[in-house]
Amino acid sequence: MSELFKVSSNPHIRSKAATNSLMFAVIIALMPATGFGIYNFGPRALAVIAVTVGSTILTEYLFGLYKKKLSVTDLSAVVTGLLLALNLPVTIPLWMAALGGVFAILVVKMLFGGLGQNFMNPALAARCFLLISFPTAMTSFDCDAYTGATPLAMLKNGEPVNLLNMVTGHTAGTIGETSVIAIAAGACLLLVLGVIDLRISGSYIVTFVIFAGLFGGHGFNPSYLAAQLSGGGLMLGAFFMATDYVTRPITIKGQYVFGIVLGLLTGIFRIFGPGAEGVSYAIILGNLLVPLIEKYTMPTAFGYRKGGVRHEK
Amino acid sequence: MNKAGERLYNGLVKENPTFVLMLGMCPTLAVTTSAVNGLGMGLTTMVVLALSNMIISLLRNIIPDRVRIPAFIVIIASFVTVVQLLLEAYLPSLNQALGVYIPLIVVNCIILGRAESYAYSNPVIPSLFDGIGMGLGFTFALTCIGLVRELLGAGQFFGMDILPDSVEPIRIFGQAPGAFFVLAGLVALQNFVKESRKRAGKEYEKIGSGCTHDCMNCKDSDGCSKRFYDENAGGKAEGTKQVKTQENAAATGSVKTRNAAAGNAKTGNTDEEGR
Repeated sequence: MSELFKVSSNPHIRSKAATNSLMFAVIIALMPATGFGIYNFGPRALAVIAVTVGSTILTEYLFGLYKKKLSVTDLSAVVTGLLLALNLPVTIPLWMAALGGVFAILVVKMLFGGLGQNFMNPALAARCFLLISFPTAMTSFDCDAYTGATPLAMLKNGEPVNLLNMVTGHTAGTIGETSVIAIAAGACLLLVLGVIDLRISGSYIVTFVIFAGLFGGHGFNPSYLAAQLSGGGLMLGAFFMATDYVTRPITIKGQYVFGIVLGLLTGIFRIFGPGAEGVSYAIILGNLLVPLIEKYTMPTAFGYRKGGVRHEK
Repeated sequence: MNKAGERLYNGLVKENPTFVLMLGMCPTLAVTTSAVNGLGMGLTTMVVLALSNMIISLLRNIIPDRVRIPAFIVIIASFVTVVQLLLEAYLPSLNQALGVYIPLIVVNCIILGRAESYAYSNPVIPSLFDGIGMGLGFTFALTCIGLVRELLGAGQFFGMDILPDSVEPIRIFGQAPGAFFVLAGLVALQNFVKESRKRAGKEYEKIGSGCTHDCMNCKDSDGCSKRFYDENAGGKAEGTKQVKTQENAAATGSVKTRNAAAGNAKTGNTDEEGR
């Protein structure tokens, strides 16, 4: 019994994961969607991506200089810029894209205290800012490669859609949302690396499918449901934006609730709303509910009764 | 008439109702879609504010304490009715643009606030100028917000197109969220200026009449109306103002003024420590 035990204070289990390694994994996982977007829409897509990423990095850098606390090396600005670009139509004027990048970092993230303090997803908030500010430029998807409405809009009007093209991504839409295959490849990488899990994404998609089946007007018709799932930003949102560490609930039960809320909101916006798309509004609205969800799903610590009262002998 | 100038400065800069006191937010956010609307709303409010301050100050020894708020509202509502009828007659377009916010001036908290905290316990001339100063401050703030929102949200300056057609205006600034962005930005700007002046060692005046206590735990059973506007003015100014208030008390002979002066002397020390 002379063995000595090493005594140290917690935490005892450490992970090598740091902010920038996680962000780097997300960037790599976004590469298939980004690459396909550039291939699909041409070099102009690359210009949009470069402008948003550049503006987010520059804003973060300048704000860091002003606050004397540089945070640009954690790569979160790159992820924000990339996600924003993937959510923009390829024809958007470049100054609007830059404005969106500045808004995402400066107003949504930095003014609330930087990474970890932002109450909603910066990229999606910037997308909604641009959508309200420039409704025409943000919803015109006519470009060299494609003309006409997005598959979702066609679906809403009751026109037939080509499901195969929607899965491979040869349709009109924002730069990064069109190809389900490319997004799924990135999402699989993140799932394998353990960066994200299926709690939010899975409950989001399942809830949405049930909602669309019940209220979509086509019943549980597989081709209609598949078109709803692969159209618009649902896949990109479910795997890359709803799972954002900062703006999702931290409790496990809360993550399921969050996914269900997102599924319901997306269904309501898509089916009963005036527009064809509703993923971005659903996610930022869900982000606002996160503190409430966390409050009601906080698990009870060992030795405590429900409500945080310690057990008395 | 030094007092009148001081009241004007107080309303415009030191205690600007929108940027510093954060009062009257509802019309501020709702009507400032253009500079002209902001200007019109501000001037309308200023007229009502100055006149009601004057009348309330005249009647301050007659109005019984217990029914002072209903009395204020009757006075204010009378003026609002007058002003609205005048607007309908002579500026129908502005009346149309401001819509329901004109009758709502009755419950504008700047007007009730100034009646309660200043006009009800101060002589007529300073009260009148307090109303004008506060009204000008409100007008200034609303016009600034309206200017920025009009420029960004519609590309116009007082109704004139000044941006080329190729530049698309940022429409969100013309809508409700834009009002919050612009207001927050302007408040941040003026706080920044104030802070940097303070850091540079320039004369920095504390907010005068804003009471530093939190209202939840206020020990002053008499309430805010009995407080003097400059009880926290601090520094060297305190002594002279103290004397002035005493003089006022003696001159008007009103019981409540004297009470307030006594209360002022009592709480003066703790306030300074609290800061």
